[in-house]
Parts: sequence; C-alpha cells; structure tokens
Amino acid sequence: MSDLVSKQQAAVTLAGDPFSPTRDPHHGHPPHLAHHFETPEQQYSSAKVGMWVFLATELLMFGGLFCAYSVYRHNHPEVFEFAHHYLDRSLGAINTIVLITSSLTMAWGVRCAQLGQRRGLVLCLVLTLIGGAGFMTIKTIEYHHKYVEHVWFGAGNRYSKHYQGPSINEGPFGGHQSESALRMTEGERQEAAADKEMMAPTTQPTESFGPAFVDPNAGTPDESKIKPTQVIPAGLSTRVRPEVGEEVRYEDLPQFEKDRVSTFFNIYFLMTGLHGIHVLVGMGLITWILVRGARGAFGPLYYTPVDLVGLYWHLVDLIWIFLFPLLYLIH
Amino acid sequence: MSAITPPAHGIGLPVEREPSPPRGDNYLTHSRGILSWLFSLDHKRIGIMYLVGVLTAFLIGGIFALLLRTELLTPGPTFNSNKAEAWTFYNHCFTLHGAVMVFLFVIPAIPAVLGNFVLPIMLGAKDVAFPRLNLGSFWCWIGGAIFFTYVLLGGILNASFGWHLPGGYGLDTGWTFYTPYSTGQGPHAHSTDGTIAALLGVFILGFSSILTGVNFIASIHMLRPKGMGWFRMPLMLWALYATSVIQILATPVLAITGLLLLAERVIGVGIFDPAIGGDPVLYQHFFWFYSHPAVYIMILPAMGVISEVISTHSRKHVFGYNFIAYSSIAIALLSFLVWGHHMFVSGQSPLANAIFSLLTFSVAVPSAIKVFNWVSTMYRGDIRFTTAMVCAMCFIVMFTFGGLTGLFLGALSNNIHVTGTYFIVAHFHYVMVGSVLFAFLAGLYHWWPKMFGRMTDLAWGNAGALTLLVGFNLTFMPQFIMGAKGMPRRYATYPVEFQGYHVVSTIGAYVMAIGLFTIAFNLLHALLKGEKAPANPWGANTLEWHCPSPPPHDNFPVEPVAGDPYDLKSWQWDEATKQWVLDEQRARTVAGTEPTVHHH
Repeated sequence: MSDLVSKQQAAVTLAGDPFSPTRDPHHGHPPHLAHHFETPEQQYSSAKVGMWVFLATELLMFGGLFCAYSVYRHNHPEVFEFAHHYLDRSLGAINTIVLITSSLTMAWGVRCAQLGQRRGLVLCLVLTLIGGAGFMTIKTIEYHHKYVEHVWFGAGNRYSKHYQGPSINEGPFGGHQSESALRMTEGERQEAAADKEMMAPTTQPTESFGPAFVDPNAGTPDESKIKPTQVIPAGLSTRVRPEVGEEVRYEDLPQFEKDRVSTFFNIYFLMTGLHGIHVLVGMGLITWILVRGARGAFGPLYYTPVDLVGLYWHLVDLIWIFLFPLLYLIH
Repeated sequence: MSAITPPAHGIGLPVEREPSPPRGDNYLTHSRGILSWLFSLDHKRIGIMYLVGVLTAFLIGGIFALLLRTELLTPGPTFNSNKAEAWTFYNHCFTLHGAVMVFLFVIPAIPAVLGNFVLPIMLGAKDVAFPRLNLGSFWCWIGGAIFFTYVLLGGILNASFGWHLPGGYGLDTGWTFYTPYSTGQGPHAHSTDGTIAALLGVFILGFSSILTGVNFIASIHMLRPKGMGWFRMPLMLWALYATSVIQILATPVLAITGLLLLAERVIGVGIFDPAIGGDPVLYQHFFWFYSHPAVYIMILPAMGVISEVISTHSRKHVFGYNFIAYSSIAIALLSFLVWGHHMFVSGQSPLANAIFSLLTFSVAVPSAIKVFNWVSTMYRGDIRFTTAMVCAMCFIVMFTFGGLTGLFLGALSNNIHVTGTYFIVAHFHYVMVGSVLFAFLAGLYHWWPKMFGRMTDLAWGNAGALTLLVGFNLTFMPQFIMGAKGMPRRYATYPVEFQGYHVVSTIGAYVMAIGLFTIAFNLLHALLKGEKAPANPWGANTLEWHCPSPPPHDNFPVEPVAGDPYDLKSWQWDEATKQWVLDEQRARTVAGTEPTVHHH
C-alpha cells in the first residue's frame, strides 16, 4: 500500500508525463474516484480485496471438480492409469508453457500500466491475448482428436455403456487399445502379449471375488436400474497391480472398472472445459483493457482494471498448472 | 452528538442538527419513476427492492405451505379424489414450498434486505464498496427468482389444472435435488425435466449470493469510519461478515454441483448418476457441503439482528461483546465441518459418522454463548416491550428449542431412529422459521422507522407476533411428537393414528397465517397512517440512528466518527420534547474520542 502511495506521489511530481493526473476542478477529487470513497487508495484497496475474495470463490468452484477427481481416482486408480494415455502429453506440456508465458506478459503489462508506458502495455496485452488464443487452439486440436477417436464425453465415448457412435473396431485405433499400445512395433507387441500371458493369473485376481448381485426387487416396479456385475467384498483391494514399468491395459481391467473408463473422460472434459471457459472470459477481459489501454486510460494513478484482470489471468493459469499433471501425467 | 465528532477540516456538522440535503429530501423521494428504482445504485433502494421480492416469495411459499398442510388433514387424498393426481400435487407443493422458502426467502431475507439497508449506514459510509455489483446482484436475484418460481409453479398448474406453461415442467425432487431423483432414473423419470431449468435458476441465484458476499466483505474491510476498529463494529456487522464468508466459500460448491448435475442431464456425463457410472453419495457430500453452511447463512445474520435489538430495547450495553463477535466467526468456520451429519444413514463410514457427530456438538458451544449473552444483556435491563423486542424474545425461546433438538439429532444413536421423520422437519422449522423468521420480523420492526420514517402500532404488532408464536408452536410441536413416533417426512399419506397430530399441526398453520397477516397489515398501516418517526426513536447508538429517518440519498454528508455502538446510557429520554437526546460530553468520554484528538 505504501508502495502505491509513494508511486502516486512520485507520479504527481513528474512533469510532462502523458498520464499526469488531471484533477477535476469542479469536484476537487481525482477523476476515477467514486463518490462513496474517501481516497483513491481506499478505492484501489477495496477493488483488490473484492477481487481476491472473488478468486477464492473461483478456487472453491474448481475445488468441487478437484474433489470429484480425487474421489474417482482414489476409487479407480487403474482406470486413470489406463485412460490418461489418450491425452497427448506433448500438447499438454506446450500448452502449459504457452499459458505460463502469457502470465509473464500479463504481469509485465501490469507493470507497464503502473509506469504509464502505453505502448508497452498494449504490446504485453496483445502478447497475452495471443497466448490465450494459442492455448485455446491447441485445446481445440486435442478435443478434436478425442472426438475423432470416439473418446468424447457422455454417449460419444466408446467405453461408455451407452456408446452410440460407429462400431469401435472401425475407429482409427481399432478396438479397446491405448494409444501407446498402438504405437508399439510388431516386436514390442509380441513381447507385450507374451508378458501379458505370463502375468495373466496375477493381473486378474478380482473378477471372481464376491457373490453375484441379486436384486431382491427383481420383476417389481422397484427393480434396480443399476446392475452391478458383482458385489465387491468390503476391505479387499480391487486394484490391478501391473509389474513396474508395465502399463495397465483395458483387457486387464475387471468389468466394473471397464465401465468406469468413460468417467475419466467425463472428468477430463468437465475440468478442462470449465477451465477453457475461464480462459475465454479472461481473453474477453484482456481485450477490454487492451482497448481502454490503447486509448490511454491507465497510468500511475489509475490502473486498477489492469491489475484485477491480471490477477484473474494468473488464477486461470494456476488452475491449469494443477490440471496438467493431474490429468496428463498419471503414474 | 459525540459519536459523530466533526472531522478535522471542520466542514462536517452533526447531521441531525443541520441536514445538508434540502428539507424532506430522502432516498425515497430523491428521484421518481420505476426506472429510477430498477437502475438505482443506492444500497437503500436495492434493499427495499429485495424486501418486496423476498416478501412476495414468502407469500408464495406460505400459500403452498397451507396447501400441503391442508392435504395432510386426512390420511387419504384431501383435495382430489384421484390418488395419483393428489400425490403428484402434494410432491410438487412441498418441493415448491421448500425450494422457494429456502432459496428465495430464508437465505436472502436478512442479508439482502436488512444487510443491504443498514450495513453501509452502520459503517458511516455512503454506499457499499461496489454499488454497481450490488445492483447486478439484485438483478441476478430477481431474474433467478422469477425463472425458478415460474418453473415450479408451472409444474403445479400442469398437475392440477392441466395448464401447460411453456417450459414450466415443475419439480418433485424435494429442494435437495437428490440423485437419482434429479437425474431422471426410476419412477420420477417422467417429471424431472424441470430439474434442468430449476438448476439454472439456483445457479443464477447463487451468483447473487456470492456477489453480495464479496461486496459486504470488501465494505466491512475498507469502509469502516474513524473510530471503528474491528471491535467497535456493531455485532450486526460481525454477523454479516461471518455470513459473507460462508456465502463466498460455500456457494461456489453449490454452483459446481449444479453444473455437474446439469452436465449429467444434458450431455450424459456420469458423476452422480449410478446408472451411468456415477456415485449418488458424492452428490450428497457436494450438496451438503453447501447446504449445511447455508443453514448458517440463514441463522447468523438473524443472530446479528437479535444482538442489536436485545441491547437497544433492554437499554443496556450488550453483554460479552467479544464473545458474541468471536462466536459468529466460530460458527462460520465450524459450519464447514459438519455437513456429514445429514448423511448418517447414507453409507458413510462409522468413523466419519462419529467425527461428524462430535463436530456437530461443537457448534452448540458458540451458539449457546450467544444465547447466554443475550439473556445476560436483558438481565436487569430496562426492557421495553416493543414489537421488535417481543419478536427477539420469541427468537431466543424458539432458537433454544431448535438448537437443543439439533443436539438430539447430532447424537448418532438417536439420529438413526428419527432421521427422515417429522422430528427433523420440526427441528429445522424451529431454526429456520421460529428463529430466522422472528429475527427477520424483529429487524423489520426495529428498522421500519428508519426505512420509511414511520412508527408501527405497538398493540397490533405485538398481537400479531404473539399469534404467530402460538400458531408456530401449534404447528411444529406436534411434529416433534409424531416424528419421534415414526411418522416419515415427505409423505402425502399416513396411518390413521397420526391424524390427530396432523390436524393440530394444520390448525396451527392457519393460526400462523392469521398472525402473519396481522403483522403485514400492521406494517402497511404504518406506511400509510403511521406516526412520523424521529431520527432515533429507540435511543440507539449505532450510526444508522445518527442520520435522519428516512436517510438522505448519501446517508452522511461527511463521514462520521464512530463511538461505542452500545453506549445507550448517553441517550436520555427528554420528556419535554418527547425524544431521545444525546449527552455529548458523556458519549465522548465513553468513546474516548475527545475532539482534541482530531486536530492534526
């Protein structure tokens, strides 16, 4: 706070500064000061408090999704280990770099606004905007891949019981195989098949556990719409444990886990989708301050909107930094 | 006039002596026309608009409460001889009653109406920190409210009269939207199309709540006047601050829950619906992570009102100020740790049940601290039986009933037996109606002279409040008994042996309606024919009583300096002029704000 005040005092003494404060002679207070605030510092700090509080609500909102993620990952770890191979790590990593860079240019832009450097501000905001657009473009490419491969959300997912797309064997990657499995050479494939045969007794231990599910209301209107394939005894881990270095395969999963594979993609689309909407909102806000900044609205005495949009953009960036390892780098 | 010491530059004079706006100009007369209200950034006008909206919602919710109580007069169908239609009607009725009362009345009533009106004035400020955001929040509320009510009413009109409103599908899931009822599985699949629209409504209403919370927190942090440190704030502000903390931390979780449910319904994502790979218990966790703290969004501001009213109308400094202030914060924090007590029979682990049970008991500590402090404030006070005070005293008794039965329910062994029965219904009505409604009425009667510059009629007001008290206990006391005997909640039908209780309960509901209409006529009569109110009819010392009634557009021409908010002894009744007069010298000494302090 004292920093800000001293900057403002310094700015007032600067002669020839294009952003030098013009005090409205009729009201005797700075032009951006709303009538219910006493001083510009009070107004600036209020806006800042409000923004931080709002960011807390954003965190809590994403927190719900992170919580859903944790619950499903804890209950079905092998599903996540299997399904995450469909995500392209390189694209995800590139996107992470793109977004972090855009956060840097955003922070630089805030500094330019504080120093009254109009051209610097415009340049930084344009670069940030390009970063956001780049991120969304790459995200669109990734989404397109998922769509083409029929690992879309809801009924568009080939692993869903309610899958409604073309037969999975006609898809570009064939049947229930992970992408990485398809990239194997023929030799590797044979080796993996041999491994799998050897591992067979230990990787499918849970299928036979527990009695079959019997619906006591079968044949009545109360009959359960949920038909679990088996009831899991409490306290027994159902986890498929591949040897170190071996990947979880779809065939290794017990049936009830196979039914959960589409959940991974649903969570993926919800998390990245909500994040993507936030990126778009952020780009809209940056465009708004870019237009105002280009007209010279901001200077050492008034840069609150730039600062607040910056905070928002950093939060959106931060959320992605958590999303990337949680979704793409599962091991 | 010591609470408002002239500031250093000497422009400011005490408002009461020399109001700066022209005579007769106040926020009500400041500008004219419906648009000047709908687009007003004035927190007082926004508060009044919320008041109109909230009372309308209360009327709708109340009518459906009477309808569902009437349906329960007999074990069989009461309105309609066709059982299936009668039951559908009943399901829609109790969903509408619950959802409208919770989302449109109890949650916004005190923070949005009374909070908006008094918070900035109590801070000696001209407005909340973000007036435009405040108006946006009101628009979200009114838009969400109309949308939500339309969808729910549409369903009832459709079920009872066959009128098809476009998009008005209705909702029969209960206000909790539990999966799989809300995900379209099972016997409810035919009627759940209203879920999508209703969820959108809740989502929009949630935004309103969040934005109000952001505004109040920033205002309390940044707009406090000279002389008002955190522990010089009126306790209403502590309560609103704690409420806002819950609003901003819990409501986003409801928003994401709603979004997930929408995603489930619209694009078939399976998070909660077991038929497509989801987990319905996860839904309950998410829902109660919001909805339990939401109970404290309702009760905390009510407690703030009670602290103001009890102290003022007992003519005594509030007892245990620090404890009341800290207990608000303690309740806000504990409110996030007890949601699991709604799920004792939903398949939680016994360990989680035990922990949630223990944490639930701990909420009783700060709540009891408040009750003891209010009672101690009244002890040897010079109690005035104004309608506000009568309502506040009703609050204390009803809240004690509601709070203590909450402990019965927090005890695991007992909960297992009465969960899902009328015992629960009675318990939460004692908290949400017996407590919050009485506190809301206490606040309305306390601040009505400030809001509209008119005094209410004492006799009719008290008669209304006492009728309401009798009706309320007639309605809900029998529900404790039948709940303990095993009458399940949410059923349109019941075994004949419960009919006696249901008849008493229904009669009580009608007595409540008589009490509420008496209060409504009393308040309206005051608006039209009430005696003109002075600036400070109660001799209270919080800052809103230092500006005229009704307040001018800008509240205070110059930011006032705050003193001790509960220094009531400095206001003495002057028999000659029939008004409260401030002993400035005494007030200044109590507040420790000698004028010399300000010459810098």
